[in-house]
Amino acid sequence: MIPLSYYLVLSAILFTIGVVGVLVRRNAIMIFMAIELMLNAVNLSFVAIGKHLDSLDGQVFVFFVMAVAAAEVAVGLAIIVNLSRNKETINVDEINIMKW
Amino acid sequence: MDLVIPKIDALSLCPELVLSITAMLVLLVTVYLPKGRKDPAAYVGLLGIFIALMSLTLLWGKPRYAFNNMIMVDNFSIFFNMVILVTAALSILMSITYLKEEGMSHGEFYALILFSAVGMMFMTAGANLITIFLGLETMSISLYVLAGFLRDSNRSNESALKYLLLGAFSSAFLLYGIAFIYGATGTTDLKGISEFLSRATYMKDPMLLAGMGLLLVGFGFKIATVPFHMWTPDVYEGAPTSVTAFMSVGVKAAVFAAFVRVFSHALWDLQPDWNQLLWILAVLTMTLGNVIAIAQTNIKRMLAYSSIAHAGYIMMGMIASNELGTSSILFYMLAYAFTNLGAFGVVILFGRKGEGNLDIEDYSGMGFKYPVLGLLMAVFLFSLAGIPPTAGFVGKFYIFSAAVKAGYIWLAIIGVMNSLVSVYYYLRVTVMMYMKDPVKDLEGLHWSPSMIVALIIAVAGTLLIGIFPSPYLDLAKQSVLHLM
Amino acid sequence: MKIGQRWPEDEMYKWGSYFGLAPKIAKTWPCLRFSQYVSNFCSVDNWRNREMLDYVWLVPLFPAIGFLINGLFGYRLSKGFVGVLACTVIGLSFLTSVLIFFDLLQLPPESRSFEKIIYTWIPAGDFKTSVGFLVDPLSIIMMLTVSGVSFLIHIYSVGYMHEDEGFKRYFTYLNLFVFSMLLLVSANNFLLMFVGWEGVGLCSYLLIGFWYERKAPADAGKKAFVVNRIGDFGFLLAMMLIFVTFGTLNFHGVFGAAHHNNEVSTLVMTAITLLLFLGATGKSAQIPLYTWLPDAMEGPTPVSALIHAATMVTAGVYMVARCSVLYTLAPVSLTVVAIVGVATALFTASMALAANDIKRVLAYSTISQLGYMFLACGVGAFSAGIFHLMTHAFFKALLFLGAGSVMHAMAGELDMRKMGALKPHMPKTYWTFLIATLAIAGIFPFAGFFSKDEILWHAFEKNTILWALGACAALMTSFYMFRAVFMTFHGESRVDAEVKKHLHESPSVMTTPLIILAILSAIGGFVGIPIIKGANVFHDFLTPVTGGHVAGSVEVTLGNLAYASSSALSYGEAVQHNVGLEIFMMVVSLIIAFGGLGLAYLMYLKDPSLPRRLVEKFKLLYHLILNKWFVDEIYDFLFVNPIKRGSTVLWQFFDAKVIDGIVNGSGWCIKWTSSVLKRIQTGYVQNYALSILVGAVAIIFYFLLV
Repeated sequence: MIPLSYYLVLSAILFTIGVVGVLVRRNAIMIFMAIELMLNAVNLSFVAIGKHLDSLDGQVFVFFVMAVAAAEVAVGLAIIVNLSRNKETINVDEINIMKW
Repeated sequence: MDLVIPKIDALSLCPELVLSITAMLVLLVTVYLPKGRKDPAAYVGLLGIFIALMSLTLLWGKPRYAFNNMIMVDNFSIFFNMVILVTAALSILMSITYLKEEGMSHGEFYALILFSAVGMMFMTAGANLITIFLGLETMSISLYVLAGFLRDSNRSNESALKYLLLGAFSSAFLLYGIAFIYGATGTTDLKGISEFLSRATYMKDPMLLAGMGLLLVGFGFKIATVPFHMWTPDVYEGAPTSVTAFMSVGVKAAVFAAFVRVFSHALWDLQPDWNQLLWILAVLTMTLGNVIAIAQTNIKRMLAYSSIAHAGYIMMGMIASNELGTSSILFYMLAYAFTNLGAFGVVILFGRKGEGNLDIEDYSGMGFKYPVLGLLMAVFLFSLAGIPPTAGFVGKFYIFSAAVKAGYIWLAIIGVMNSLVSVYYYLRVTVMMYMKDPVKDLEGLHWSPSMIVALIIAVAGTLLIGIFPSPYLDLAKQSVLHLM
Repeated sequence: MKIGQRWPEDEMYKWGSYFGLAPKIAKTWPCLRFSQYVSNFCSVDNWRNREMLDYVWLVPLFPAIGFLINGLFGYRLSKGFVGVLACTVIGLSFLTSVLIFFDLLQLPPESRSFEKIIYTWIPAGDFKTSVGFLVDPLSIIMMLTVSGVSFLIHIYSVGYMHEDEGFKRYFTYLNLFVFSMLLLVSANNFLLMFVGWEGVGLCSYLLIGFWYERKAPADAGKKAFVVNRIGDFGFLLAMMLIFVTFGTLNFHGVFGAAHHNNEVSTLVMTAITLLLFLGATGKSAQIPLYTWLPDAMEGPTPVSALIHAATMVTAGVYMVARCSVLYTLAPVSLTVVAIVGVATALFTASMALAANDIKRVLAYSTISQLGYMFLACGVGAFSAGIFHLMTHAFFKALLFLGAGSVMHAMAGELDMRKMGALKPHMPKTYWTFLIATLAIAGIFPFAGFFSKDEILWHAFEKNTILWALGACAALMTSFYMFRAVFMTFHGESRVDAEVKKHLHESPSVMTTPLIILAILSAIGGFVGIPIIKGANVFHDFLTPVTGGHVAGSVEVTLGNLAYASSSALSYGEAVQHNVGLEIFMMVVSLIIAFGGLGLAYLMYLKDPSLPRRLVEKFKLLYHLILNKWFVDEIYDFLFVNPIKRGSTVLWQFFDAKVIDGIVNGSGWCIKWTSSVLKRIQTGYVQNYALSILVGAVAIIFYFLLV
């Protein structure tokens, strides 16, 4: 049996990849995907911990997270589409009218 | 394993249910309304809020768990829910004419406000990290849309995108924190966590501490704590002003409620660990917020920084972590709700389509041109600055005296110094209004009845709480009494 | 409601809880009461009821009403109505104060302390702060002085500001100003006092910067505001310390506890009192926070009169006198107060010697006189300080209003070198101004003589050096004030031809207040004659609040703070013992005053050639300074330059570098930091995300490592 820590480390690696993705990608959609990756990394943790503890809470939580993520994606894509219509770019470096 | 269907305790959720149903009703109603005349949708929403408020009072004083310990209905959540409902109601009242002027009068706006308020109410009532997370997301997703509601405005778009990306980013941290806490304690139930911690002998479990840190990041983001505050000015500036008003008060109230529940109760045994850190964060938050606010030229941005500073003050109540401290958070939130909504109300009323009249310079001579509006703004700004006899003063006084009483004298001194600094930029607006000649034409103010009602409520609240604070403090005290 | 009967706690609470003041107001609607008062005015029975004490809240309420009406509806009202209303409300306040005063006199001296609690304002745990008023000899004297002098200034303002565009705005602010000040002096706890304190600071800012179109007033207003914030900071910290130490902010509670509780260390007491004093130096313009006051004359002249005489600057002195119990327990603080006071008195008096701007002379003299008051407090003679505060209110208001009258006639000219021989043109102004000058110079039997003499006498008892410095300042005071009189009203006319045609006496709406104030300045001192029957009426009246503590054997009870007849008697004896010496000291004071007068007379009136002859002697120097106006230069050379050099250095160093440096520097520094820090906010969403990440990593490391 694979010990819990393996899952947790994998989850941490995935989470880190997601964080790095958020920080380095310039395309808003890619950033968004990276955030999804972070969420799914957390989901992995939940499932693994739930299995380890033999409790269902973790699994249930994952369903909620997936539902929330789906809603977030729907809203997020709508916002990004709207933005690309207005500004004709989704490069986050060009989106800084408001600063200071 | 047998399947137990939990009791459906609809009564405990009555306000949330009423609000959700109203929101859907608003969506339905708005379909049948002619374009550009969506006012009735707003009134339906207001009616729903009123009913929800009434049903809240029925629940007062009868603390209980519902839905298999997922929800906790106690005076604490009811108090915050009242603040949230008042905030939602005032925001809707302020939005009606504003949206028309911006050419964006859509019924969905009101539905989203209501959905967001439902999310907030679930946060305050959450007895389980799952509920708190779901409430937070319901609230946030609605707000992402609301922030970008002015579809054609670049600023509004940018505001929505920034809020969305950073909000989702910070949610991931929060979620990771929940996962760690779950891993360390084996439960996501707040009571379960607190029981686990009181039994636990080894408190320095790295998983638990990391989880707590990540939770702090998630909550800190929503209440705009330094260094997670960066989104606030941009989002507040770009979002439609009535949404900014709603966000600045509602989100703070809801997240602080959850924050107090999780940290001051579930994680109480780790208090020595997080207290010092919160001390540092509070000092950073109020200092940075106040200092940067001085250099602002846009009034929405200035109020955004001021809201950051206020989050710092409110955190003092958490650090004090005694009964007085917690009740002072509640009281401060109430005072802050009326004051900040009022200030934004004046900004909305005085503003023009697009980005008109949002510079502090534009307020020059406003006090002479519109004496009543000027006086209202002065009252709200004085209250934000904590000058007596306004609600803000009493609120600050409570928070500071709670900190002093708990022995955090230096924190209180820093707080006092900060509020002295803050007077500078609040007063600058007053000075503009009363001691400068107009730089531009100030004609064309559109007093709508709904806005007048909203401003009257806000100013009445601000002054009443400032002059006769004791019943409200009593309310706040009773609210923390049965905190489970 | 009978006197002495206090509101039951729960009932009090109820009043506050529901905004149920309405039935109470309806029940005792003041107008009804007033008509009753008027109708039964002569009825002795009614006086005995002493019901007026219950209505102390009316004193600050009237100006508040005036402020609200003028502020909200002023733009629809006529100028005349606004002016009349503003004056009426202050007049009503004064009338109420007078009635309260007589009621208070009916009470036996040991129970002359009455608390009227309106409702519990802020209940925080076991500690409560109420909106409540305290009537005792100290506060009633302040109420009378503030409302009385303000009333006269209001009337004067109607004439003075008549042409001004901001007439209504002016009276709105003025009413708010008086309201704040009355609240400050009548409050029964530190917190409510702080409310008034803040209000006064705010109004001074608004009024000094009243003519905001010009740069100087706007800057002066800002300076006053910033300097006062520094003082406020001291006050706030002191309040926090008091709260931590005593667990209450109520005056009776704090002073009672301070008196009985010997566990409170002297160190804490010293810290509290020094911080309070920092607040007082801000409001009352003492070293090091005095710099705002000379600039404050950029406001309209009646405002200067109000700030300098009745309100604002006296707040600090009042506060120190109010806290006399605390100060008595902290000898170090008392010494600091005395030294700062006398240093300020001397330092600023020397500045007044050289000033040519008539308002600037008066401004420096105010600071100097305030220094006297603090000197009095510092040597433990709190009642003498308050006495001087009162007489000073009379003659300083008169001086400023007189200067305003001169300005009015001279089309705004302030430079005394361009005046002279105004006496025949404006006799009323001249005579009243002269009386005020006699009073401030301390010449018998005018008001200033008694109060100043009393202070010097107490200083002498305490420390001869303090006395000598004080006497030196007195000499300068006498000199520069008479110099001002002679340069303005006597001698040759140096008025511009154009202005000369329009010289006129001010209208009677302006001169009547002058005359009333002149009468007060002339006879006001007699309430405090020191050696009638060995006791001082004024002092005895104040003893329950101030004097008793020095004796130390005082019983503090709730509702009656610190009256011990024994202490009063012992004080009386002390006076008896030294009658001879005291009379001698009075004569010395008089000689000093006349010395100053004579010197000014010699230099500016009798023998204007004297300076010329002196010039002959010092021909070389004369040539060096020929290109300037000779009298001032000679006089500068002979008398002032040594002092002036020193004070210039001091001024440049302290005033321009240190004080202004700190004031402007801190403001500038914060602004700069602000504009730098806001650049962190780059607008790039990924930078924000990075900041979140860095914060998260830092927090986790903190938790894991610490």
